[in-house]
Amino acid sequence: MSTSYRFAVNVTPKPGILDPQGRAVEASLGHLAIEGVSGVRVGRRVELTVAADDEVLARATVERLARELLSNPLIEAYGVELLEATSSTTSEGRGD
Amino acid sequence: MDVRIGVVVFPGSNCDRDTTHAIELAGAEPVELWHEQTSLDGVAGIILPGGFAYGDYLRAGVIARFSPVMRSVAAFAADGGLVLGICNGFQVLAEAGLVPGALLRNRGLRFLGRDIHIAVEHTDTPFTHLAGPRRPLRLPIAHGEGSYFADPGMLEELEAEGQVLFRYVRADGTVARESDDPANPNGSLRAIAGVRNRAGNVAGLMPHPERASEGLLGSDDGFGLIRSFVESAAASARVAEPDEVLAR
Repeated sequence: MSTSYRFAVNVTPKPGILDPQGRAVEASLGHLAIEGVSGVRVGRRVELTVAADDEVLARATVERLARELLSNPLIEAYGVELLEATSSTTSEGRGD
Repeated sequence: MDVRIGVVVFPGSNCDRDTTHAIELAGAEPVELWHEQTSLDGVAGIILPGGFAYGDYLRAGVIARFSPVMRSVAAFAADGGLVLGICNGFQVLAEAGLVPGALLRNRGLRFLGRDIHIAVEHTDTPFTHLAGPRRPLRLPIAHGEGSYFADPGMLEELEAEGQVLFRYVRADGTVARESDDPANPNGSLRAIAGVRNRAGNVAGLMPHPERASEGLLGSDDGFGLIRSFVESAAASARVAEPDEVLAR
């Protein structure tokens, strides 16, 4: 029985890497009259669905993708987040 | 027969014609290598040209890295073949791990299209031996992600091994070492504009030598680099040809 797993991969610049986007965002906060915000880092979020027999296998696929394609380990860190698991045997409700 | 130099064409490459033209000026036969092919058509050297391969989606160069032709390019490089990446081609080589480091978003966030100066750090390499007398080369840049990054350990290793090939300098030739020096257009660490791999047969640089390869273009400062590459490839091909070795 195969299950569909919906993941999010969050890719962010590693600590110490200059992030001019984050700096530009931070510099704009004054225009919004917002105070007390610092450490802005701009990254990228990729959502994807993996069909696999279990969550461990699905996660292994996502980890590989994140490591080899979605992030550059020299400059970026990533985190993998499971959003949803949907069993394919349960028929999709096609209401109305 | 003229030596054959491959120019890889990805969807989104836009300096392939400029590059083939410069190769012709240097007396070689350019051969376009489409990204979906795996045959290298008997070329003696390969240039990855500038552009926006696969739209630069995700990160500049990363999707191109996984194209069929790049598997052949990597094998060619592993075998000692000469490979040069210009601008986007440099980004592809860095993503593929064929040259060290990464290219980050320009410090000022803007795409930069203007002339800069670089110093050739080593003139005894296959990429630079005909670069001419030691003076800064004035070359165009055109990139949004050209800020060279490597971690501190890698930087020390690059310097120690002589792998830094080009550095951004001021017009008078003094090095723009600090990343915030105006002569360093994109904030590259140690003003690095180009590097080579440890073996010395793969190099990449952000500026465009092919766009400064004849007087008509306003400068031929880059032509020495194109000629160096073509002549080195021709020499390596000659060595590889068994008939010629026997004929000596």
